[in-house]
Amino acid sequence: MALDTPKRDFKIVGTRVPRPDGIDKVTGKAAYGADITATGMLHGRILRSPHAHARIISIDTSAAEAAEGVKAIVTSADFATPDDAGIRDIRDNCLALDKVLYDGHAIAAVAATSKSAAKAAIRLIRVEYEILPHVTDVDAAMKPDAPIVQSGRAFESVPAGMSQNVHSHVEFGHGDLDAGFANADKIIERTFKTAATHQGYIEPQACMANLGADGRGELWCCTQGQYMVRENCAAILGIEASQLRVTSSEIGGGFGGKTTTFIEPVALALSRKSGKPVKIVMTREEVFRATGPTVSTSMDVKIGMKNDGRITAARAELRYQGGAFPNHTVEFGAQAAFAAYDLAAVQTLGWGVMTNRPKEVAYRAPGAPTAIYAVESVVDELCQQLNLDPLDVRLLNAARKGTLSAYGPTFNEIGLVATLEAAKNHPHYTAPLGENQGRGLSCGFWFNFGGNTCVSLNLNSDGTVGVVEGNPDIGGSRASISMMAAEELGIPYDKVRTVIADTTSLGFNDVTDGSRVTFAVGLATIEAARAAKNEMCARVAKLWGIDTDAVQWEDGSVKPAGPNAGEHAPMSIADIAAIADETGGPIAGHHEVNADGAGVSFGVHLVDTEVDPETGATTVLRYTVFQDAGKAVHPDYVEGQMQGGAVQGIGWALNEEYIYGDDGLLQNASLLDYRVPVASDLPNIETVILEIPNPGHPYGVRGVGETPIVPPLAAISNAVSRAAGIRLTELPMSPPRILHAITQRRDG
Amino acid sequence: MKTNHIQTTINGDVTEFLCNADESLLDVLRDRLGMTGAKEGCGTGDCGACSVTLNGRLVCSCLVLGVETEGAEIQTIEGMANGDNLHTLQRVFLEEAALQCGICTPGILIAAKSLLEKNPNPTDTEVRYWLAGNLCRCTGYDKIIKAVQTAAAEMRGA
Repeated sequence: MALDTPKRDFKIVGTRVPRPDGIDKVTGKAAYGADITATGMLHGRILRSPHAHARIISIDTSAAEAAEGVKAIVTSADFATPDDAGIRDIRDNCLALDKVLYDGHAIAAVAATSKSAAKAAIRLIRVEYEILPHVTDVDAAMKPDAPIVQSGRAFESVPAGMSQNVHSHVEFGHGDLDAGFANADKIIERTFKTAATHQGYIEPQACMANLGADGRGELWCCTQGQYMVRENCAAILGIEASQLRVTSSEIGGGFGGKTTTFIEPVALALSRKSGKPVKIVMTREEVFRATGPTVSTSMDVKIGMKNDGRITAARAELRYQGGAFPNHTVEFGAQAAFAAYDLAAVQTLGWGVMTNRPKEVAYRAPGAPTAIYAVESVVDELCQQLNLDPLDVRLLNAARKGTLSAYGPTFNEIGLVATLEAAKNHPHYTAPLGENQGRGLSCGFWFNFGGNTCVSLNLNSDGTVGVVEGNPDIGGSRASISMMAAEELGIPYDKVRTVIADTTSLGFNDVTDGSRVTFAVGLATIEAARAAKNEMCARVAKLWGIDTDAVQWEDGSVKPAGPNAGEHAPMSIADIAAIADETGGPIAGHHEVNADGAGVSFGVHLVDTEVDPETGATTVLRYTVFQDAGKAVHPDYVEGQMQGGAVQGIGWALNEEYIYGDDGLLQNASLLDYRVPVASDLPNIETVILEIPNPGHPYGVRGVGETPIVPPLAAISNAVSRAAGIRLTELPMSPPRILHAITQRRDG
Repeated sequence: MKTNHIQTTINGDVTEFLCNADESLLDVLRDRLGMTGAKEGCGTGDCGACSVTLNGRLVCSCLVLGVETEGAEIQTIEGMANGDNLHTLQRVFLEEAALQCGICTPGILIAAKSLLEKNPNPTDTEVRYWLAGNLCRCTGYDKIIKAVQTAAAEMRGA
């Protein structure tokens, strides 16, 4: 078999092997961000703004400096000036420059000999503020007379005359909208609002920094990307990337929220100034007030439909606020909004807006869940009004291979139709419903990503294999990478050990995001294994005194390719490894790539809910997730992604929200008041994996991690709207909001 | 601040430590004793990642003061396996992939063990309510609930 032929028959890929990091994680031995200590370390603590928006007149640290145990205090004056505007924003988010831009914005930090000394010292820092007017709502921030969060940040795409808080504008689409709407039998236009949510990882950000006066440093932290941390920190501290070695710890959840830096540059600056290692661990309150929530949104969606369910035209206008700095999330939302549909006329407009809230950070398919919530709500309402089956309507309009997508590209092999058909044929879809119960469904989409990836695969002298990759393992990726290496080499899974390199031990890797790791690191691992196989073939051919063409790789061994190659006993990897020193030295395979061909991902979620008409409380009765995984490398972890994403989406739909008071302060910065779903809120989450091979990956793999958070918002809203007998257009659908809608319906 | 001398039994071993009056049991375990299996997800008793048992009772160790544990029996995740023999719950959690990132896992295992000691044959609903104080953001709880039930069935049969 040629090495570049797509592989579709597997021995190890597709099985449910134990994870290599499992024992450490069930015995408490696994070392997460806060679990590392260093001899002589200090404890860092950060002073944060009590105001939503204020100019910093002065910072007086003299009393804090004199306090017991205090060894260093830093402010933004201790940072360098990075060339890159995006990294300057990250710097100014780590420690405020001249203004505090939101409640919780970091201002200064202390390193002291104990946690309590550091905590006491930050209270002694005197900050003089000039309070400024603030704005936290997206629609209010777009008004021309709104308080200005930052000036001069708008991109050229923003028309003149808008509020300076509007920083970006995007537009996608094709076709004649006017003609499309004129041709519709029914048009529905609705406005939606969604609250900001938080990724809610259980592990707060934590790091341990050790930076010398010579600019050489070590950093240990929980992150989705050690190379990203290195590049941000080196630029912010004004040191060379080669001098900072960053090691990622085990990571206690991220979901996109650990794709940037908050405390690492601060800890490094404190360490440089004090000459000692400095550890910073965020409190949960800090995580809520100052790390990445999602955007909050305001959205208009208009869709026209024929009586038979064919969509004639579709338009969405999205307004996303992403906190006090520019971001690009609305672009993803505008691209994703109508991705599930094959449309003749479609337009999406997006506006990116700044407010006095924390800097938005990615959360699982950033930008897509809200846009698709609005679109799928209008499609569902059209189905209700035209008395059409919502799955049939989606099948009628579904994007498929060859569809010109709403955001530009033409789709290759995609699994949407198969996923919809699986939902239609599933017993859940036709199960009877009781009183006050409703069934909802929604499609979901995510682009998926490949990106910069390096893998080294080393053959050990006993024939076992070490794989070195550069992406923190956030959901079992060491298992899936080991499986793909073992599969390609034809050796047992337990003969492979995969480790995650620090930034000095392997070339650059993009962050663990975009559902890219199993796809891109898997692809690079397979290619590295193929490189090692080629080398082994060459070594054996030389040993046998025949051409490389005259040997072949089969079942984990090198064999003569045919009778003309002569009589030679096959040599296994172990045989070849044992004599590597006699055939040319160590054997390794490498692959470096900026991976393309990630393959877009679609899913469909079905949910039954019951709404209590007396209280407005919603119970999720039954939930089924259908998703195309390309090839499910480790089905347990694919199911886990589908279940976990669905439940995060359920939380977004029903409970979770950032609540700001009129004073611009966050009112629910704790896990008690910001309520993520708990076990007793939920039913089992049933999963159906479809496998439509991704042509861009040698084994057909496509990313699965992000799509599952996309459909729940609309699926639940559609189910609740049908159960409550009234269309809901705002998230979260908390009991008071649902009760209000029911009361309004009753009162006519 | 005056430090206090405390003697407890942790995972069967007599353990002495010094702590300040404002230090939680979680701080003591992690910072004084180097037992970092219990995790701090919130410090306010909302997430359950720091779950341990104190004289047989399931508690959030962030809500217990170190000085309260004089003479107490404490069980932590570090004491759950017997040498290299995993507890049934630990083994089944691995077999059934009931963890992703693993940060909540020590607390959930301690809580589940405590449940099965009190109720060896719980319903799914009982498991879900017992574990409602242990947040997991990765799994959606599905595989956790199933793993607890598999382990419970196995332990009843043993």
